[in-house]
Amino acid sequence: MFGKLSWDAVPFHEPIVMITIAMIALGGLALFAGITYFKKWTYLWTEWLTSVDHKKIGVMYVIVAMVMLLRGFADAIMMRTQLAMATEGSPGYLPPEHYDQIFTAHGVIMIIFMAMPFFTGLMNLALPLQIGARDVAYPFLNSLSFWLLVSGVVLINVSLGVGEFAKTGWVAYPPLSGLQYSPGVGVDYYIWALQLSGLGTTLTGVNFLATVLKMRAPGMKLMDMPIFTWTCTWANVLIVASFPILAATMALLSLDRYLDFHIFTNELGGNPMMYVNLFWAWGHPEVYILILPAFGIFSEVISTFTGKRLFGHHSMVYASGAISVLGFMVWLHHFFTMGSGASVNAFFGLATMLISIPTGVKLFNWLFTIYHGRLRMTSQVLWTLGFMVTFAIGGMTGVLLAIPGADFVLHNSLFVIAHFHNVIIGGAVFGYIAGFSFYFPKAFGFKLHEGWGKAAFWFWISGFFVAFMPLYALGFMGMTRRLNATTNPEWVPYLYVAMFGAIMIAVGIACQLIQLYVSVRDRKQNMCESGDPWNGHTLEWSTSSPPPFYNFAVIPTANTIDAFTEAKEDGTAYQQPKHYEPIHMPNNTATGVVMGALLTVFGFAMIWHIWWLAIVGLVGTIGYFIIHAARDDQGYMVPVETIERIEAEQHARLVAEKKIPANRVETSLEQA
Amino acid sequence: MSNLVTNAGHAHVDDHGHDDHHHDSGPITVYGFWLYLMTDCILFASIFAVYAVLVNNVAGGPSGHDIFELPYVLGETALLLFSSITYGFAMLAFYKGNKKGVLSWLGLTFLFGLGFIGMEINEFHLLISEGYGPHRSGFLSAFFTLVGTHGLHVSAGLLWMAVMMYQVNKHGLTNTNKTRLSCLSLFWHFLDVVWICVFTVVYLMGTL
Repeated sequence: MFGKLSWDAVPFHEPIVMITIAMIALGGLALFAGITYFKKWTYLWTEWLTSVDHKKIGVMYVIVAMVMLLRGFADAIMMRTQLAMATEGSPGYLPPEHYDQIFTAHGVIMIIFMAMPFFTGLMNLALPLQIGARDVAYPFLNSLSFWLLVSGVVLINVSLGVGEFAKTGWVAYPPLSGLQYSPGVGVDYYIWALQLSGLGTTLTGVNFLATVLKMRAPGMKLMDMPIFTWTCTWANVLIVASFPILAATMALLSLDRYLDFHIFTNELGGNPMMYVNLFWAWGHPEVYILILPAFGIFSEVISTFTGKRLFGHHSMVYASGAISVLGFMVWLHHFFTMGSGASVNAFFGLATMLISIPTGVKLFNWLFTIYHGRLRMTSQVLWTLGFMVTFAIGGMTGVLLAIPGADFVLHNSLFVIAHFHNVIIGGAVFGYIAGFSFYFPKAFGFKLHEGWGKAAFWFWISGFFVAFMPLYALGFMGMTRRLNATTNPEWVPYLYVAMFGAIMIAVGIACQLIQLYVSVRDRKQNMCESGDPWNGHTLEWSTSSPPPFYNFAVIPTANTIDAFTEAKEDGTAYQQPKHYEPIHMPNNTATGVVMGALLTVFGFAMIWHIWWLAIVGLVGTIGYFIIHAARDDQGYMVPVETIERIEAEQHARLVAEKKIPANRVETSLEQA
Repeated sequence: MSNLVTNAGHAHVDDHGHDDHHHDSGPITVYGFWLYLMTDCILFASIFAVYAVLVNNVAGGPSGHDIFELPYVLGETALLLFSSITYGFAMLAFYKGNKKGVLSWLGLTFLFGLGFIGMEINEFHLLISEGYGPHRSGFLSAFFTLVGTHGLHVSAGLLWMAVMMYQVNKHGLTNTNKTRLSCLSLFWHFLDVVWICVFTVVYLMGTL
């Protein structure tokens, strides 16, 4: 009836897990009670959960990302404290089978459930606005993508209390992840969490590619698209080209585990190394999917806060393209030690080093943008400058690892851990945090507190260096990754320092939470609802904050790279038309939520071999989608009166802030 | 087409503001479906690569030469290729506004597709009952995965086609149905192309 599921699956004997679950349950209960007490369920359901508005979906993505950042960071701090305690014969407080789950969950969560939704959320929020569109190409599909991600999030969090998570490392190489060595449900949780959220990501890639190729504002040439839109577009190209490989790989691993296939097994003609190839054929493009949008954010930040057009906009686009193409030709550098021979290793080593050239182009572009500009030292700029220093170091250690000979020594050591945290934290995460405070006013109409933002930056960056520089040294000293205890006394001081660094990062995260609290509490002092708090260059700043649900009452035109700057300079910004026209918008739909829920049930049933429930989940999903399609919802027209009311409010704000002269309002109102 | 796209993207509604189907998002939908097909193409490419790696790993079991029956597979192939032609006739009937024609051609396409799937299941059943199931060797695992993935796609296409026949019967030749049949058309022909690769790489190269 319930497959492999029984009460034994709940780890009652593990106090750490049970306390965590109790806290999550209490928190969830408090949230539930709060929403009920304030009677917000209807609001939540109609305005958010069923929304197909890209801005709201973007906000929900970022919320998921931040919650998962806390979860992933909790894993990190547990690992660092364990390693600081478990030295010279002491076992520490985490038994190996628990520690193994923690480092696997940390990797999967930070990549798939923190970084990916963070980037997707920022892209959702800003990209359609940047190209002057009213929504994405397929608004319902966008909602479905989000709920598929949530399915994955639910599954990976359920694994904490029901059963176990994979003990294989986030890459889940067979034969370790095969049935023989991982007979439990951990790897199955891994497979289905990745499979469901990966499907959502693929659909996002298709959706946003169609959006930028088909829905740009009139006059906006491809090469004139804002740089964040461009870097996201390259990321979407990579998503569309690489995520199907992940889907195939996970499906093949499932066949081995569920139906006794021999694709990645050691015996009967399977080939485990093929999994490693396939995994990284997705996995390496994946890291560029994470970093390219962050590059876009840094570019927007630097050009906005220097008050200059980005230096070498076109070269930035070409450099991103070169990185994307090369990113597909370097996957083998993750396993030089596989023994493919000198020629193959040399090819992939050289291809890897080549990537540093377009990346260097970008770095110089940012520096030349700052040159002769008037840089405003906001928190976003601090994150950007911090990134430039940190990423340069991470890039150099990457080039070092690209030398196959050096890699043979450093493979699987903490040097590798230090390197990829160096580029992912110092690159992607810094970028997303900068983007978060850069676009926060656009989403909510008020700015974040600068002081706490800067404090967060200083703790994050110094914490990062204190936590990870010792890991470079430990790598050279021979410490390998995924150890849960060590015996070498020489490593101990470094492990202490690393733990101290992790605590500093924790303080940085605390600063961010306080920043959020303080900013919401004092929001009245930081309002910027007229929509252009930073004197921005591109179209997203030409709308109010938050933008009206239809984004633009009149579709803007864009004839140059910095369309909004140009409009402000020649006095055409904020122009009102003589009269408005009705706007076509899509209706909200619950289909995304319902399909996400049904697929979560399906995934859970597959993990626990509850076959009848899996059939119910899958047939329910397909059936519900067919019913949704049969409804053939054509959306609705926003009446002119509604648009006039919303636009008049925005107009009053602009006049109050003296962004447009008062007399222009009168004439346009007369005309209306 | 570009004109329609502009309309869909920017909702110029002056001319047909009162029409129920003023928002013709058809071309954008078909465009997105092309993009989706490219992702599917990469999925198949991955599995083809896996097959190529594992094709000689017979682990003492049979190789393709021992188990494939070309005439049988040729019959399967003919069914699938004919179904593509009949689907084309269904679309032509759609453009002529011939609802009955659309339904009949789709019905015939469905039967061809069903025949293909039936033959494939029969082939799988025979192999498994002879002890040559996917558990036997890496080669057979890859064979069942590749051919089975294609078969799963065709089955999904059949389900979609059944739903579309119901829709066309109920709502007639609407814009929505045109868009959806165009997408299904792309999907169906795409599966044909993939099958030709399967036929060549798996069956022809396996026996010749």
